Amino acid sequence: MKPYAWSLAFAFILVGPLLGALLAGVDRRLTARMQSRKGPPILQPIYDVLKLFEKDTLVVTQLQTLYLWGFLFFMVIAGFILFLGSDLLLSLFALTVSGIFLCLAAYATNSPYSNIGSSRELMLMMAYEPMLIMVPLGFFLVTGSFRVSDIIAGSPWQVLQLLGILVGFLFVLTIKLRKSPFDLSSSHHGHQELVQGMTTDLSGSDLAIVEIGHWYENVILLGWLYLFFAPWGPWIALPISFVLFFAEVLVDNTNARLKWSSTLKASWLMTGVFGVTNLLLLPVIS
Amino acid sequence: MYLISFLLLFSLLAGLAIAAAPSVGVQARRIRFSVGALALASVVLALLHAHSGPEFYALSEGLAHVLDWLFMLGGLGLAVLLLYFCRRIKGYEWYIPALIVVQTGLMLYAELSSEHPRVEHAFYVDSFSVLMALIIAIVGGLICVHAIRYMHDYHAHAAGQHEAGDLDRSQQRPERSRSLFFFMLFLFLAAMFGIVFANNLLWLFFFWEVTTLCSFWLISYSRTDEAIRNGFRALGFNLIGGVSFAAAIVWLTHGPGLRTWELDQLVAGGSALALIPAVLIAVAGLSKSAQMPFSSWLLGAMVAPTPVSALLHSSTMVKAGVFILIKLSPVFHDTFAGLLLSLIGGLTFLVTSLVAVNQRNAKLVLAYSTIANLGLIVMCAGVGTAATMWAAILLILFHAVAKALLFLAVGTTEHLIGSRDIEDMEGLVYRRPAIAAMLLVGMLGMFLAPFGMLLGKYTCFQAFLSMDVMWGDGVLLAVILAFGSAPTLFFWSKWMGKLVAMPRHAQPSEVPIPRDEAIALVALTLLTYVACALFPLADTAFVIPYTDFLASLGLIPASNLAMPWETITLMSLMLAGLFLMPLAFWLRPPHFTEVSGYLSGANVDGSASYRGAMGVERVVESRGYYLSGFIREGTMVRVGLFGCGSLMLVMLMGAVL
Repeated sequence: MKPYAWSLAFAFILVGPLLGALLAGVDRRLTARMQSRKGPPILQPIYDVLKLFEKDTLVVTQLQTLYLWGFLFFMVIAGFILFLGSDLLLSLFALTVSGIFLCLAAYATNSPYSNIGSSRELMLMMAYEPMLIMVPLGFFLVTGSFRVSDIIAGSPWQVLQLLGILVGFLFVLTIKLRKSPFDLSSSHHGHQELVQGMTTDLSGSDLAIVEIGHWYENVILLGWLYLFFAPWGPWIALPISFVLFFAEVLVDNTNARLKWSSTLKASWLMTGVFGVTNLLLLPVIS
Repeated sequence: MYLISFLLLFSLLAGLAIAAAPSVGVQARRIRFSVGALALASVVLALLHAHSGPEFYALSEGLAHVLDWLFMLGGLGLAVLLLYFCRRIKGYEWYIPALIVVQTGLMLYAELSSEHPRVEHAFYVDSFSVLMALIIAIVGGLICVHAIRYMHDYHAHAAGQHEAGDLDRSQQRPERSRSLFFFMLFLFLAAMFGIVFANNLLWLFFFWEVTTLCSFWLISYSRTDEAIRNGFRALGFNLIGGVSFAAAIVWLTHGPGLRTWELDQLVAGGSALALIPAVLIAVAGLSKSAQMPFSSWLLGAMVAPTPVSALLHSSTMVKAGVFILIKLSPVFHDTFAGLLLSLIGGLTFLVTSLVAVNQRNAKLVLAYSTIANLGLIVMCAGVGTAATMWAAILLILFHAVAKALLFLAVGTTEHLIGSRDIEDMEGLVYRRPAIAAMLLVGMLGMFLAPFGMLLGKYTCFQAFLSMDVMWGDGVLLAVILAFGSAPTLFFWSKWMGKLVAMPRHAQPSEVPIPRDEAIALVALTLLTYVACALFPLADTAFVIPYTDFLASLGLIPASNLAMPWETITLMSLMLAGLFLMPLAFWLRPPHFTEVSGYLSGANVDGSASYRGAMGVERVVESRGYYLSGFIREGTMVRVGLFGCGSLMLVMLMGAVL
């Protein structure tokens, strides 16, 4: 364990949300440009969250805040493990726990909209989970370790060996980022059949926790994406990951929402076709 | 040696003493005392044998001879008893007495042969069997304690009384069936101790059949037609396994190649010599641990009183099946038979995890998840490396504790709210906080990081990917595990969501949890926590010595299993977080204004109803997702039965040819 790994991990805890907020800001600007609007300032997400903290928090049950703490705690842990250079699979498990806590918070409020939202979110988790697991499995077969530090030090050819897994991962990344066509658990636009899905009954500081959690999450996902290109060094890998990350915005703006069953089928199919095939062919490729 | 015989004989004698108790109160005291004594003895055994290799015990010539005869007579007696029970079979169940006769015939053919192998060590203790004994004595014992009060209510309910448990009833004579019920529970525990400590395969087989008998009797306990039919199904399926086990013993007596009646010799034979009998015994293990195609008996076992389900699902019966599979696991290492065994487990895991999503009945969800988890353990057993055995043993431990807790908690919930439907458990966190907290801990223990089951999965992934039987085998198993875990996540979280939901109506319920049930539940909740927090201890004390010993014999490849300290630190951090967050919340709760949920209209009665567009008051209802259109239970089960059935046939034929 090198000292810089620790500093990176702690930097994630402190700077992670800021970076995540900037990502969200850029995302909104890009979206606006694609829709021929000017869009808000890059720092708008931060202003939004600061404002949320100023507001009164209304809750259906006091316990919902506890579940949201759990959501944030495990999200931070997941990122901490990742940026520490530790175990990728363990990080994924922590990420899963965090997602379940968010669903519990929504279930706890028990409004029909948050109920449907969290059920759909669970369905989405069921859809993307196998593919997300394939990613560490693929890295393990290539580098012989689940450790992030070993993956970064891996062979520069690993992204080619894991091309199928990368494609599958980009597919489920769209779900994970709650982008259209898979934004069926929480809608960013009001007045839809879902109202606001999971976040319907979250307000004030509770909603702010959710936003901050998502910032962390986006940084973690960007980190995952980076891992594929990591052996090439940050100067090449970072730009590629950013480009791929923001390509999701384009997908978001050019697709209509799918139904949950199509989402589930499509993502399991993608996992099978790209992920599993890639894993099976690995001994041949390498 | 003395401790083993104590565990075995004491549970038997305790069963007799409990059955002979003159009054309900005395019976309850005897049960509590016996459970305490058994738990104490198993802990002493654990302290003496943890961290050490196996010890084998030889009996004196005379004693061994007498016991041989006793076990043979016992086996015959068992067969006669089972045949006697068979007087109530229906026409299509003709195969059950046939199987009993075949099995007894096979056993006599082996036992009465003039030149049979000599058994040197009749009993043994190793760290794995010590861990099993701890599970059987403590988890099984707690289930018996829970049963005291549960059976009281059960009988009162059956007799049409509203609530039992007043003082004068404890002076009454217990019903004959209830006394026999507790006798069967303790006989079950005794047989389980026999299974985990017997090295003599014939004796092990006798204990094996006793568990079959007990489960049959306990499942049919309520004497309804459904219960009796399900009991016979359990009996029939387990007898198929029994016949297969008996065939293995005949093979080991008369067959070419390896001739031995000792378990350790069989395992030491390795895949070259011992594969055929090992595969035959594996079929018995599959039937006992309710893997597809035998799975339906465990689902049918639900008709029994809840403590019976808890016992069958957590600490006994199914665990006997996976216990023997893990014992034989070194034989399967690097063989096609082993890979097929893993695939049977894997397919069972996948299918039952998916089907569990469909279920609304809490006990059915638990039953399917048991079968799925056992499937995971079977997957590990089939691979047969140190890492998978390590994972399998830890899975047994964590599953036993968490599943016992869940079953008992569901049973108590059913008595409190009068339903075992998941939808009816909405808002249990507010209605019955204590029981809901226990259910939540049990569920977290079943599938979430940082609890034990996930640790097992983690190791499985690693171990599968390091396999090398044929091209793509490990990837296949890992993919099955990945796809099977996803629905697991879904159905558990969905259920947790129901529990934590804010109830729409106040549903006050004042009935307290009865004392004996509370003792068992609280103890199991603590055990779940402790097992997760102290798993490195369980690991070094019980699992590592076992795998190290097998590696030192050269039966499995040696490997360094020590978890990196960093992983352990991170896991502990997560566990601490899960513990400290509620604590912090309880100490410094945030005070926010409470409102009722959003209903897209003016709320009338809290979150329960709202004024809709036309001014009409509308009542809110929302239910969970069961995906019954998406995952078709019937089709899935058929695929599973057919797939696992053919895999099993291929495994048998492949081994024999």
